[in-house]
Amino acid sequence: MSDMTKARQAGPIEAGGGKQQTLGEYVNAWWSRIKGGDLGSLPIIIGLILIIGIFGYLAFDKNFFSARNYVNLLLQVSGITAIATGVVFVLLIGEIDLSIAFVGAVGSVTMTLLLTQGEEGLNWPWYAAVGAAMLVTTLIGLLHGAIITRAGVPSFVVTLAGLLAWSGVVLILTTQYSKAGTIVIQDPVVKGVANAFLPKIWGWIVYAVVIIGFAATEFYQRASKARQNLSIKPMGISLFQIIGLAVIAGAAVWYANTDRGVPVSIMISLVFLFFWLFIANRTRFGRYVYAVGGNPEAARRAGINVNMIRIACFMISSFMASVGGIILASRLGSVSTNTGGGNLLLNSIAAAVVGGTSLFGGTGRVTSALLGALVIASVENGMGLMGWNSGVKFVVNGMVLLAAVLVDAYSRRSRASSGIA
Amino acid sequence: MDNKPVLELKGVSKNFGAVQALYNVDFTCRAGEVMALVGDNGAGKSTLIKGIAGIYKLDAGEVFFEGKPVTITSPRDTADLGIEVVYQDLALADNLDVVANMFLGREALTRGILLDEAKMEQEALETLQSLSVTTIRSVRQAVAGLSGGQRQAIAVAKAVMWNSKLVILDEPTAALGVAQTRQVLDLVRRLADRGLAVVIISHNLHDIFEVADRITCLRLGQKVAEFIPSETTQQEVVHAITAGELDTVPGMVQ
Ligand SMILES: Nc1ncnc2c1ncn2[C@@H]1O[C@H](COP(=O)(O)OP(=O)(O)OP(=O)(O)O)[C@@H](O)[C@H]1O
Ligand SMILES: [Mg+2]
Repeated sequence: MSDMTKARQAGPIEAGGGKQQTLGEYVNAWWSRIKGGDLGSLPIIIGLILIIGIFGYLAFDKNFFSARNYVNLLLQVSGITAIATGVVFVLLIGEIDLSIAFVGAVGSVTMTLLLTQGEEGLNWPWYAAVGAAMLVTTLIGLLHGAIITRAGVPSFVVTLAGLLAWSGVVLILTTQYSKAGTIVIQDPVVKGVANAFLPKIWGWIVYAVVIIGFAATEFYQRASKARQNLSIKPMGISLFQIIGLAVIAGAAVWYANTDRGVPVSIMISLVFLFFWLFIANRTRFGRYVYAVGGNPEAARRAGINVNMIRIACFMISSFMASVGGIILASRLGSVSTNTGGGNLLLNSIAAAVVGGTSLFGGTGRVTSALLGALVIASVENGMGLMGWNSGVKFVVNGMVLLAAVLVDAYSRRSRASSGIA
Repeated sequence: MDNKPVLELKGVSKNFGAVQALYNVDFTCRAGEVMALVGDNGAGKSTLIKGIAGIYKLDAGEVFFEGKPVTITSPRDTADLGIEVVYQDLALADNLDVVANMFLGREALTRGILLDEAKMEQEALETLQSLSVTTIRSVRQAVAGLSGGQRQAIAVAKAVMWNSKLVILDEPTAALGVAQTRQVLDLVRRLADRGLAVVIISHNLHDIFEVADRITCLRLGQKVAEFIPSETTQQEVVHAITAGELDTVPGMVQ
């Protein structure tokens, strides 16, 4: 803003003095945050190790660790990550969206119908069909948000009504245009979304760009803090983060390349994830999302249009639901009366919560969608390899979600008692 | 001081359904002056300032800012005029850090869209230092971890950081201990000495007599008296608060 004129008084400033914190100070601050209940990504990382450990043990001879299964896992992760990314935004403002699975299905069915070919078909080009599907779902989000804010009805109820109504729409559309209730996707580009892989060299090129980009941002931020005399985190921590990312992402790309390569679908989900991460952390809109989740009244008094932010978050969740829906449909190669059903809703919400986004609003990160989706998809994948029946799978899924919610409630309680957030 | 009023309200009214929270109230405050607003619980003090702040829409009456008639319909309007309000409940977002709270709604940007965190942090630090707020360990900690006095200080700092002409404080010392009350009163005096108009609501007449230049007294939504502390006594003010003479409001049960 340009009118940032301040009633400032003269006087020497002794801020951080552009000094680095020592490693000890940094670690101490981190540890006292953890003790205070601000657990960050710690529970999810422990959870991920635990789950990979369990299924690695149970399903070891069923090739849980094989490159082939790993690439399958990445394919499974893609759709859930996309949908969960949208869920994070509604959770951040302290709301919920139960309609996402079927809204995503409305998107993928719309797209598939528009792509039908031949004399009877609509013959839309793939980009127009995909665009139309995204537009339709975003408008559905607008509708949900408008009803929730205008009528002041809890999002739980409105989106539950949406869950029913949109599942009906999916049923109507799929049975109307095909006797069998299954419509095959006829476009090669859309089919390729979840069935194509990056050429191996491109996997490495993307990897290099990401790591260099991350390192550059990190150093740029350090430099601008130093220029403003603010305190800076220890150099060691910055290097640790950069090298850590380089090693983990490098291993991820390398192992995928020993099989079919990095799936295009995970790249699509990651592009969206990073886009929304950027929006949440670096823009005014993102700041307002957190403010509305933390204290809507404070946000309102700060002149923020709280209802607009709410509506926008429902639009984001519906939009991302269609991205996920399209990826999932592409993977199956068709849409049917079942599209959007099953555990998709639960898995997507569980992914966001498991990843560390609080159900109580105001706390969480966009990256939790990816971490949570990894956990959920690993469980799903492991159980599939074990050949467990769906009854057992449902019970296990329920337990995972419960564990995540308990961690959330626990960390919220200890944050409250120690006075952090 | 015979300067023109910064803010002048003429005959403002506000009702919530059957409750007449404000009736035909006149109110002025001047630059460099601390105007105290007193009255019993439910007298309408908070309602009056929320009307000024654009949180509530006033039902009747006129508002003049620096002599010009204005209509205030949202908190944005108030901020644009140069009026800052520190509410009784402070309204800080607990999940955000000190810097984010101080800049909420007015974030500094670089390249048009990016939050300029370094600049905001820098300016938040400067403002806190200029107000001699030294007890906050880090401006990057979440507000939830701060004490009542620290939160109050953040809220005041947030209000004066902008080029404000009028700062309104609703019961800034209600929840504070002796030492922290002292600091906030000093802060209030410093604001007025900088040439700002200050409105302070308090139930503590001792504090008010210490810091205020004028006192406006509300009772049951009406203005019943205006005092100058040096020319009156606490007894007189107490009398006005509890038994000040009222106009008959249409429909009022006596
Ligand atoms: N949002 C509202 N809806 C209905 N009535 C309200 C509302 N806000 C205030 N009132 C009523 O208006 C009257 C004035 O309230 P107000 O909060 O302005 O009092 P106050 O002088 O600030 O009191 P206190 O000293 O307790 O803070 C009270 O009768 C109160 O019940
Ligand atoms: Mg009040």
